[in-house]
Order: sequence, then structure tokens, then C-alpha cells
Amino acid sequence: MSPTIYLLLSALLFAIGAVGVLVRRNAIVVFMCIELMLNAVNLTLVTFSRINGSLGGQIMAFFVMVVAAAEVVVGLSIIMAIFRTRRTTSVDDANLLKY
Amino acid sequence: MSPLTPAMPSVDYAALAPVLIVLGGACLSVLLEALLPLRVRGRVQLGVTLTVVVVGLVAVIVRATSGAAPVTTLAGALAVDGPALFLWGTLLALAVPSVLLLADRSVEPGGAFVADPVALGEAEERERVAVGARSGGATARARTGGGGGRDGARGRGTRARDVVEGQTEIFPLVLFALGGMLVFCAADDLLTMFIALEVLSLPLYLLCGLARRKRLMSQESAVKYFLLGAFSSAFFLYGLALLYGYADSVKLADISQAAAGSLRPDSLLFGGLALLVVGLMFKASVGPFHTWTPDVYQGAPTSVTAFMAACTKVAAFGAILRVFTVAFGSTVWEWRGVLWAVAIVSMVIGAVLGLTQTDVKRMIAYSSVAHAGFLLLGAMAITPAGLSATLFYLLAYGFTTVALFGLVSLVRGPDGEATHLSAWAGLGKRSPVVAAAVTFLMLALAGIPLTSGFTAKFAVFSAALADGMTPLVIVALVVSAVAAFFYLRLIVLMYFSEPAADGPTVSVPGPFTTVAITLGVVVTLLLGVVPTAVLGWADGLSFLG
Repeated sequence: MSPTIYLLLSALLFAIGAVGVLVRRNAIVVFMCIELMLNAVNLTLVTFSRINGSLGGQIMAFFVMVVAAAEVVVGLSIIMAIFRTRRTTSVDDANLLKY
Repeated sequence: MSPLTPAMPSVDYAALAPVLIVLGGACLSVLLEALLPLRVRGRVQLGVTLTVVVVGLVAVIVRATSGAAPVTTLAGALAVDGPALFLWGTLLALAVPSVLLLADRSVEPGGAFVADPVALGEAEERERVAVGARSGGATARARTGGGGGRDGARGRGTRARDVVEGQTEIFPLVLFALGGMLVFCAADDLLTMFIALEVLSLPLYLLCGLARRKRLMSQESAVKYFLLGAFSSAFFLYGLALLYGYADSVKLADISQAAAGSLRPDSLLFGGLALLVVGLMFKASVGPFHTWTPDVYQGAPTSVTAFMAACTKVAAFGAILRVFTVAFGSTVWEWRGVLWAVAIVSMVIGAVLGLTQTDVKRMIAYSSVAHAGFLLLGAMAITPAGLSATLFYLLAYGFTTVALFGLVSLVRGPDGEATHLSAWAGLGKRSPVVAAAVTFLMLALAGIPLTSGFTAKFAVFSAALADGMTPLVIVALVVSAVAAFFYLRLIVLMYFSEPAADGPTVSVPGPFTTVAITLGVVVTLLLGVVPTAVLGWADGLSFLG
């Protein structure tokens, strides 16, 4: 099977993630959608690595995974902090700062 | 040597010294955080942080004046060339007043930061109890519920004292963010740039949420900044992946080479560029990607806002300049039209929405969006004049902003900073010195002669004009005039209206804040009066590769 199909798949996953960030209300789900976007990128990188016949893309996928893990640590701690003061993780309720 | 032994890349330690000093200092700072007793931690951490920043600055100056040839090191991951050294110098110089503002305890007793609201409540309760006990009251005994309550309170004593002493975690966080910024604007391949982007962003997300006062707003700003920041870095990363597919490499020079003659479809190149630019523009708070800026500038503790506004902008524009020049300089005519639109949108949004703001911090945030548009003008002109003008603009704007936020933190009401415009009415009568300093910095933001803002704008606009962007320069001039209105409105408000009877007080700043503000004001003045020294340094710098 042509590897191009994986590029389309990853583009689709990326788009699903991006739409999810825009429409979902729960901060945790928004965050999961961002993770989906990062993993879509990983698929792209690995596919291009295969198409180009070089290892660089696969190495980069590892870097992305590590960064994503670090981001989870920071992100969840921030979401936890706001949950403890507000008792909600809905991003619609975070509306003190506007206009 | 067996074929599996990887060739070790050469590391030019001398060239990397500033980055190594800052990141090494950050690690040391984490270690101190764990080992030092609470009493001395704050002072030692501040000492270490300031020393690291100053030593890093000295290392940059030594490198820049030694005439060492520009090099790429770490297997081409970092390019230490003229612009990189200038940006490093700018970042570290801006870090000095920023760290001083962060460390200040005189304006907000105990510092402006606290990690845990529960601990804060306890600490304040304990303080109240202690005060009650001193005034010899039965109330104190009643509150602690006798001896048993007191024992229980002792168990939580460390945590509570921690709060009274203030947070010291901010220092390693700031150093890591600074290290990320240094790498960000010297990164010669996109992967390094992405890692640096995260290293600079993650500590900033945390710093935004640590305010002692107005915690809900502070945490909200942290969540917004984090979610939008992670969203935009995903775009950056997808751009990276597409460019990797196009050029089979993420090195900026390789992308430029591939753009000259690759058999792959151009849609990969320009799709990748577009997504990459979205990520970079977000960090620089340009144009339609600015939505986080006002919220985060308003919600974050003011000293963090100062650091973020000045240093992040320098780092982000440093990276934008490098990407545009080194990787996409050869295809500039294909993509510049789109960026014209982005620059116009950014300038117009900044100026028009700035007019409607009633909060000083939000107003400065929109002003920074407008300034990002001006900076983009210089960055789009892929000429030596454009480069030197943008570098100068970053330095000038950074110092003005840091000093301005320092002053904002001084105007205080009963519940922390009074940032509403109405609170600033009549400030000129109550506190002439602060009002005069704010006036001067506002004039600098507006770009009035004898301030650094004028020189910077003049340099950027003339570079853009020389590169055939006349319509953009006309828009920029109109926008400058519009933006001048809201800077001047604040000045009018300070001098020509009566102060409210229950208006805010202006704190007398401690030595740290005084030094930081003075530094910002003096640099703004010097760059306006004698800009030639710095402009001379910025002139004739060029990117490697």
C-alpha cells in the first residue's frame, strides 16, 4: 500500500484534533485533542521518514513524544489548580478576562 | 571504529557559553531549591539568578567583541552568528530588570507569587492570629481553639511560612524560560527551534498562574495561555513535518536549498511555511493570532507580564527573522503578500481595540499587538537594513515595556494593583515622579522623537520603504497616529483630571523595582538620544547560512 494514505490519515487526525480544540468545552478534552494533533504529526513524520528513506523523521517523533509528555505534566497541573479553585474544568466558565 | 559508533558532533563550548551558563544556572537553582533552608533560600536564589544572567551577558559581550567568526555548532543545531549574539545580549539585558521586578518584596509584602491558595489562606489566618495574640486578646485563643489547635497548626507551619516568605520556584522557572529563549533565537534547525519553543513556554505557563492576588484571573490566564500555546505549537510542529517531507531535512539551510530545486510539490513547502508561521506569530502575538495576549497580560502577575512581554517578543521575532531569512529568503516573493495582510491586520487590531480598553495592562497588550505588526514590517524586508532595524526595535521596545509594567505594579488599591484606567486619574498630582515616568514611556511607545520608540520606528519604516513596501508603511503611519491617541489619553487622564477621593495609592518602590524602572527609562532615553552606538552594532550583522 502506498504510504501516501498515511499522510492523508494523519492530516485527517490533525484536523479532527483541531476541530475538537475549537468545539469542546472541557479543558481536559481540549487538551486530549491537542495531544491527538501532536500524535497526528508523529504519524506524518514517520511516514515521510519512510518515503524519504531517512531516519530523521523517526528520531523527531521521539522528541515530539518527550515534549508531549512534559506538556502533559505542566498542563494537567494548571488544569488541576484551576479545578481546585473553581470546581469545574469547563473552559466556558473561565470568563473573567475578556474584551 | 566500528560502523555503529556514531560520529560525535563537535561542540564549540566557547560559542555556547551564554546558553550553557543560563541552563546550568537553572539546574543549579533547582538543586538549591531542594537543599537550602527556607530562611536563606529567597536571597540565595535571587543572587544566583542575577549572577547567572549578568555572567551570561558578560559572556555574550566578550564573544561579540572578540571578533570570533560566526559558527554553527552541535551538528548544525545552533548558529552563533551576529544576530544571535545581538539577540542573546538583548534577552539577557532585559532579563536583569525582569528578575529584579520578579524578586521585589517591597511593593507586595512577601512577593507577588504563591503556589497554593489553601496555604495562603492558612498563612494569613496565622498572621492574623499572631497579631491578635500580640494585642493580648482572647480572640487569638478562641481562633486557634486553645493548645490543641496550636499544635495542629505547627504541623502545617512550614507550608504556611513558605507562603509568607514567598515563592522561590519562580527563579529556576525564569532561568529555564530564558535558556529556552536563547536557544530559540539561535536554533538553526526546526526541531531545535520546537524544543526551545517548549522550553521557553512551559515555565511561562506556570509563572502566569502564581499570582498572590486575583488568583482566579491569574489561573484563568494560565489555562488560556497553556491551551492556546499548546494548540499553536501543534501547528508549528505540523509545519515542521510538512517541511521535513519537502526537504528531507529540517535544517533551515537545507530547506532553502530544496526550495531552489526540489521535485516535491510546492504545496508541501508553502503549507509547511504557513503552519510554521502560525506557531511563530502566536508566540510573537502578531495580528490575528494575538487573542491570548490581552487576557494573559492582564491576568498574569505584572512582573511576569513584564518578562513575558519583553523577552518572549525578542525571542519570537529572533526566530521569525532567522526562519524568513535563512530558510525562506529565496522564495520571499511567493509568500510576502500573505504577510502583508497579516501585518496590516495586526497593526489595525492593536490600534483599534487598544482604543476601547479600560484596563492599563490590556491597553499595553493591544499596543504590543500593534508593535508586533510594526516589527513584522522590518522582519519581512529581507535586507540588512530590515534586520538591523528589527533588532534595534526589539531592544528599544523591550526596555520600554519592562519599565512600564514595573510602574503599573506600583499603582495599588486595597485589593492589589489598580489597573483600571479610572484609578489612574489625577496620578500626576498625587505622584508626579511616577506619572512623569509613565508619560515618558507612553511617548516612547507612541514613537515621539528623543525616545527610543521614534528611532526604532524610523529605522523599521525606512527599511520597509527601501524594500518597496510603501503602502504598508503608509498604513503603519496612520496606525501609529491612531495608537498615539490612547497613549496620550492616559497622559491626559493622569494630568488633567482630579484624583478620586478613595483612589489608589502609589507604593514607594523598593530598591529592586526602582533599579529596574530606572534602567528601563534610562535605556529608552539613551537609545532615543544617542542611538548610533547600538544601531552601529546592529548594522552589518548577518545570518549564517
